Amino acid sequence: MKRLKTSTIFTYLFLIIVSFISLFPFIWMIIGTTNKSVDILRGKFTFGNNLLENFQNLLASYNLGKILINSLKISLIVTVGALLISSLAAYGFEIYASNIREKIYSIILGTLMIPFAALMVPLFKLMTSFNLIDSHWGVILPMLSSVFLIFFFRQNFKMYPKEIIMAARVDGANELQIFFSIVFPSMRSAYATGAIWAFMNSWNSYLWPLVILQSEEKKTMTLLISTLASGYTPDFGVIMTAVVIATLPMIIVFFTLQNYFIQSILGSMKQ
Amino acid sequence: MKITYKRYLDLWGWLFVIFALFLLTLFLLYPIFYSLYLSTFTTRGIVQTFVGFGNYLRLIKDSNFILALKNTLIILIIQVPIMLFLALILAVILNNQKIKFNGFFRTAIFLPAVTSLVAYTVLFKMMFTTDGLINRFLISLGLISKPIPWLLDPFWAKVTLIFALTWRWTGYNMIFYLAGLQNIPTEIYEAAEIDGANKSVQFFKITIPLLKPIIIFTSIMSTIGTLQLFDEPMNLAAGVVTGSSVGPGNSLLTPSVYIYNICFKYAPNFGYASAVSYILVLIVAILSFIQLRTVGERE
Repeated sequence: MKRLKTSTIFTYLFLIIVSFISLFPFIWMIIGTTNKSVDILRGKFTFGNNLLENFQNLLASYNLGKILINSLKISLIVTVGALLISSLAAYGFEIYASNIREKIYSIILGTLMIPFAALMVPLFKLMTSFNLIDSHWGVILPMLSSVFLIFFFRQNFKMYPKEIIMAARVDGANELQIFFSIVFPSMRSAYATGAIWAFMNSWNSYLWPLVILQSEEKKTMTLLISTLASGYTPDFGVIMTAVVIATLPMIIVFFTLQNYFIQSILGSMKQ
Repeated sequence: MKITYKRYLDLWGWLFVIFALFLLTLFLLYPIFYSLYLSTFTTRGIVQTFVGFGNYLRLIKDSNFILALKNTLIILIIQVPIMLFLALILAVILNNQKIKFNGFFRTAIFLPAVTSLVAYTVLFKMMFTTDGLINRFLISLGLISKPIPWLLDPFWAKVTLIFALTWRWTGYNMIFYLAGLQNIPTEIYEAAEIDGANKSVQFFKITIPLLKPIIIFTSIMSTIGTLQLFDEPMNLAAGVVTGSSVGPGNSLLTPSVYIYNICFKYAPNFGYASAVSYILVLIVAILSFIQLRTVGERE
């Protein structure tokens, strides 16, 4: 009985330590937004009164509003576009089964493991020829077609009762009507899950925007943070403020839609 | 009549997929093949010279490329097993509903997975400066007598990267294990308990074998992720050392960072960069295949 007790204590101690390490950077960054750079460096761990100044310093050197709008614009277009295009395709692959399309589908799935860096050079050349360098559309276009989302939606459509589609056809609805007014409204949780995945991916994307976007007023939040931190004398307070601003939307999404959020991660595992 | 209706539906099938197929062909399939074609050229500005396998032969002797692979392999061998084991242990503990504050622990451990890769890397970079928080903490505990040069020494730079990666991805992987554990009926453990199997026997004889498909899945995902590492090494190394070195002594150079540098930092050579990326694709394919095979053979 006593042995059991010690093991329980160790289990909780372990959980508390791991949770503390997991949460510490969050707490540190929130406290950091209120402190001067030197104080953060010195390890000050209490709230200060430098929040406004950090914020003003950030605004003084960068057009934060514009950068936030850039990130939001790219993420929203990618989310809505990728969701629509991928779910339509997934529906096409699943409901109208044909041998040719099945082969195409397996080829597409086979590209899932290809690292993005391998596509970067041709994509960059392609964007150059489209005259889309330093344009948000250059960032958006390749992100609109997601193999993962097509796969994810197809797994979800597999569970959709086909009888409903048949019945709607008998009632005289055309295929597009069936999709938009019958299937789509009943798949809300799949769309919420896919939306979180797409939004998070584009909001946090770094390499591709780094390649495409060059002028200051086109840049996104991730690029801003990267620029702030790569200087030789970085201002920790300002960086923390930017990091909090960039992280907050994802944290809010996570806490309001926790289940969908977890599902969006598990989605890649469904087989 | 029946055949025409079938044709009609088939046409709809094409209509539904056509837009995605168009985009995928343009932005995925075409780049894959174009990259292969490009890898047989060497490019200087707008001048392209056909070199056949020349780029690939040059790669074998390219000490930077070999270093990039070596760095990645070290991280892969050390970081991935530690992280996955930790994630598995945490999942097993938290799968027990009797644990108090279960929801809090799960949320806390998962929360790092919400951050953007650039944001958390920047946070870690600030924590691990030589006169920074972590060193002050370790000194105040008396664990070290003088500061560790986390980001200024090739060995410690990798350690920092490994810490950062483990922080970001342990909770993420834990989610997969928790989902898998839910599918193992508790009766199996109860039966094992009656047969006198203790917790560690249960862990190695029941939990691990039954979770094997998920363990393989997460290790393939982590392997692909590690081979693609870009955001973290790039931002951890930025501004720390002068010159073109990625981290001290190029200790944070990874294949993706190298490809980026060949294209956009040095005199651009898109042909050579394509060759590097094709070798990377090949390595990803081989490693995934090996991991799938090992599970296939045992089953």
